[in-house]
Amino acid sequence: MELTLWTYEGPPHVGALRIAASMQGVHYVLHAPQGDTYADLLFTMIERRDRRPPVTYTTFQARDLGGDTAELVKRTITEAVERFQPEALLVGESCTAELIQDQPGALAAGMDLGGIPMVSLELPAYSKKENWGAAETFYQLVRQLLADQLPAPGTPAPSPQRWRQEGRRPRVNLLGPSLLGFRCRDDVREVSRLLGAEGIDVSVVAPLDARPADLQRIPAADANVCLYPEVAGPVCSWLERRFGQPVVRTVPIGVGATTAFLAELRQVLGMEEPAGSSAAAEPGDAGDSRSRLPWYSRSVDSTYLTGKRVFIFADATHAIAAARVASQELGFQVVGLGSYSRELAREVRAAAKELGLEALITDDYLAVERAMAEAMPELVLGTQMERHSAKRLGIPCAVISAPLHVQDVPARHAPQMGWEGANELFDSWVHPLMMGLEEHLIGMFRHDFEFVEGHRSHLGGSPPAGGQPPAGAAQPQEPAAATAVATAVAPSPAGAPSWDPSGEAELAKIPFFVRGKVRRNTEAYARDHGLARIDSEALYAAKAHFSA
Amino acid sequence: MGGSASVAAATASAAREVAREVAQEVKREMEPKPSPPALPLRKESGQREVFCGLTSIVWLHRRMPDAFFLVVGSRTCAHLIQSAAGVMIFAEPRFGTAILGERDLAGLADANEELDRLVADLLERRPEIRTLFLVGSCPSEVIKLDLAKAAERLNTRLAGQVRVLNYSGSGIETTFTQGEDQALLAMVPLMPSAPASTPGDPADAPASELLIVGTLADAVEDRLVSLFARMGIERVRSLPPRSSRDLPAVGPGTRLLLAQPFLSATARALMARGAQLIAAPYPLGVEGSAAWMRAAAEAFAIPEANVTAVLEPLIERGRRAVEPHRRILEGKRLFLLPDSQLELSLARFLQRECGMELVEVGTPYLDRALLAEEMALLPAGTQLNEGQHVDNQLDRVRAARPDLVVCGLGLANPLEAEGIATKWSIELVFSPIHGCDQAGDLAELFSRPLRRRHLLRFA
Repeated sequence: MELTLWTYEGPPHVGALRIAASMQGVHYVLHAPQGDTYADLLFTMIERRDRRPPVTYTTFQARDLGGDTAELVKRTITEAVERFQPEALLVGESCTAELIQDQPGALAAGMDLGGIPMVSLELPAYSKKENWGAAETFYQLVRQLLADQLPAPGTPAPSPQRWRQEGRRPRVNLLGPSLLGFRCRDDVREVSRLLGAEGIDVSVVAPLDARPADLQRIPAADANVCLYPEVAGPVCSWLERRFGQPVVRTVPIGVGATTAFLAELRQVLGMEEPAGSSAAAEPGDAGDSRSRLPWYSRSVDSTYLTGKRVFIFADATHAIAAARVASQELGFQVVGLGSYSRELAREVRAAAKELGLEALITDDYLAVERAMAEAMPELVLGTQMERHSAKRLGIPCAVISAPLHVQDVPARHAPQMGWEGANELFDSWVHPLMMGLEEHLIGMFRHDFEFVEGHRSHLGGSPPAGGQPPAGAAQPQEPAAATAVATAVAPSPAGAPSWDPSGEAELAKIPFFVRGKVRRNTEAYARDHGLARIDSEALYAAKAHFSA
Repeated sequence: MGGSASVAAATASAAREVAREVAQEVKREMEPKPSPPALPLRKESGQREVFCGLTSIVWLHRRMPDAFFLVVGSRTCAHLIQSAAGVMIFAEPRFGTAILGERDLAGLADANEELDRLVADLLERRPEIRTLFLVGSCPSEVIKLDLAKAAERLNTRLAGQVRVLNYSGSGIETTFTQGEDQALLAMVPLMPSAPASTPGDPADAPASELLIVGTLADAVEDRLVSLFARMGIERVRSLPPRSSRDLPAVGPGTRLLLAQPFLSATARALMARGAQLIAAPYPLGVEGSAAWMRAAAEAFAIPEANVTAVLEPLIERGRRAVEPHRRILEGKRLFLLPDSQLELSLARFLQRECGMELVEVGTPYLDRALLAEEMALLPAGTQLNEGQHVDNQLDRVRAARPDLVVCGLGLANPLEAEGIATKWSIELVFSPIHGCDQAGDLAELFSRPLRRRHLLRFA
């Protein structure tokens, strides 16, 4: 058993649902108890879809368990196929159905479904999760639909540069975008535009808006672009192995990554580097670049962003991309990097190592919260879940990855990928931070009646409560929070140096968003130098020590 | 809390048993005396597009902020609750899930140890929790994890610090609001006994305290309590209370007034402890609320003059507040899909006070005894539908082309896209809708989507 206050991913059948609902012409029969239809709301409310997801649930109840639930499955399959006339059928179980073992896939295989392709999904609900379920479903569906196109063993792989001989533009598939993925809708639009500008056509986008017949056209493309490895990683690898289709694996989030993505794509397709196309050109060229991020980030208004401590936790794809953008393109200092995507843990570890960090690979929300409190960042880039911890710790936060809520499926064009995506990243990550002038003035004058500590006036509202986590600035609406933070965040080890009133007074003068870090450094300094009491002198000594 | 250990040991499952034992007898008692003309009732089975009882946590955690709801289930259960409540940002979560893993399924032997460990972790993080609900789910019910026993064991260990209760919110057993019924049922054994004021047959005990059962918005509760005081009913308590440790007493002098129609098991358990049910329609709309309050007044033998003096101005004002919405709703055809068991009461209010025509009134579960008064007020021929086959029901919706469909959020946007106006039903359990003073607001919830359709223009 595992205590979960918030879960980063749903069960694997929600991943399967994402594939079915993203596509057209696919129907999913899900053996599940009454109540599991809540998942429909993810699509009709969070994604604000205008149609019901293509799922029929058996919705068994306690009284059905005494009877023949297998019969219920068969009846449901028959009705669903008759009513919705799908082009392909998925059949699977939710966690409770997995316990009663009716084998719905095997039942469906024994039924006359009028010849439509049927995929029986084996999604172990007690060991796997949503993204795995999506990847597995997508993989099984593509495998099934391409079964009769499989080249004979030993057939040479088609050249990804055959578009030249065939006298056409190169074409690629965009694999991975799905509903409930983070900003997939606009990423597809942005990447398609990016490719169009390079003279590359998009052949199949899947699973988002694809039909089964579209999946059957996948092998006709020159390469596969794996936009979201969490969903399309396994299928891309399989296509590479069995159909010899090369995979472009760089994910174009950020200016540098977009440039690298285009370079990889050109290399795979054997295209020439066009002159002067890079967005991250020399400073003099900044006005010319296709993304505004490089110039915005170089402009003097952004100087105060230098070295801002940022904690990143997300799915692997967005975490790795964010770490690169934060450290290289915005000049932040990444002080924590982690992901809940165990399947891609290796990649996250590698990215963390480059930054001199140990990656945090966990799906335990409390472990993330602890690591966040430990790192004392000034900004958190995370998921919807990190907004809870950031609120508790009083740290500014921006959402960069699923799990998401309705506010992250915006009406406006809001991609993360490509040139425009970089513009969006700049705006949305800088927005929660205190603006430069305000930061200076609060550092100088502490006695204001309106612009008090921790107040970010550009966000409206009254000052936030817990600027400095361990000090227990009580939140008016949540009186319990401060004490709980104190116990969770600052377990005072026995024999730790204690703070002299002069030290405390000096500490209070440090701007709130770095105060936690200063407190910790000073305590470490005092321990290392055998100081029992920390006075104002010790604080300044530590300051000099750590900046040396 | 003298003798709290023994009281606490009476768990939800014990309460369920007691409830079952007396159910038959009580049912006979609750059978309406003059049977109203039967309404056509269709019973349907098939895919049900409803929430499970776990969803009730979404409002119960706010009603009792000192309680914590720990679901014992799968990742699906955790995902359900956070999908429903996760748009709010919590500095301190009030609910969580003990997610079963493969190890737990392989052998049940250590499930209890696991649970003890998790609860210890949780209480270390949240020492201010006063009541812990262990909430059963489909997986825990299917593998027959004995949460009642676990609650009992934890109670002994944590005596004096935290009270541990157990109820089931599983989808296989409960639909949406029935989760609240089960949660309240679990609290019944912990309610102190009200002393019997007179010896003899408890059924003849004079009314001494009014107990309003079912979650009400704070402001609505305060208002109703003050109105009852004005009539002359001084002692009014609520279940659930605002603090989980402040449970009202129950006994032969207790008169039970249900604020919500979905409290079948709780009502029966309270009656088994001597409380007497006041038969009334539910306090939705002017008519329902007035009848509800009047029924309570009668049970306390309040002089008619007092009752009228309090109710008259409320009724007058309530009617005036409903009137502008009546102008929008009158003659419009209404179709209600099953969701919360509030549907019959809503249909009665919208038909009688707002002039709507009823096409079909669906309910997930029909407790005829508790809804007898409502059924008597519905027009002859009203088509009731218990249970659901969602695809067939949607076929009927499309064929009837009603002016307004009351349905869940899984169906609302898709129906809007088909050009059918909807009112999402879940809002009704999150809104202050009870009492004469709220009748206008309640009507507004239904007129608003129609008004909005009239307002929007993109040409």
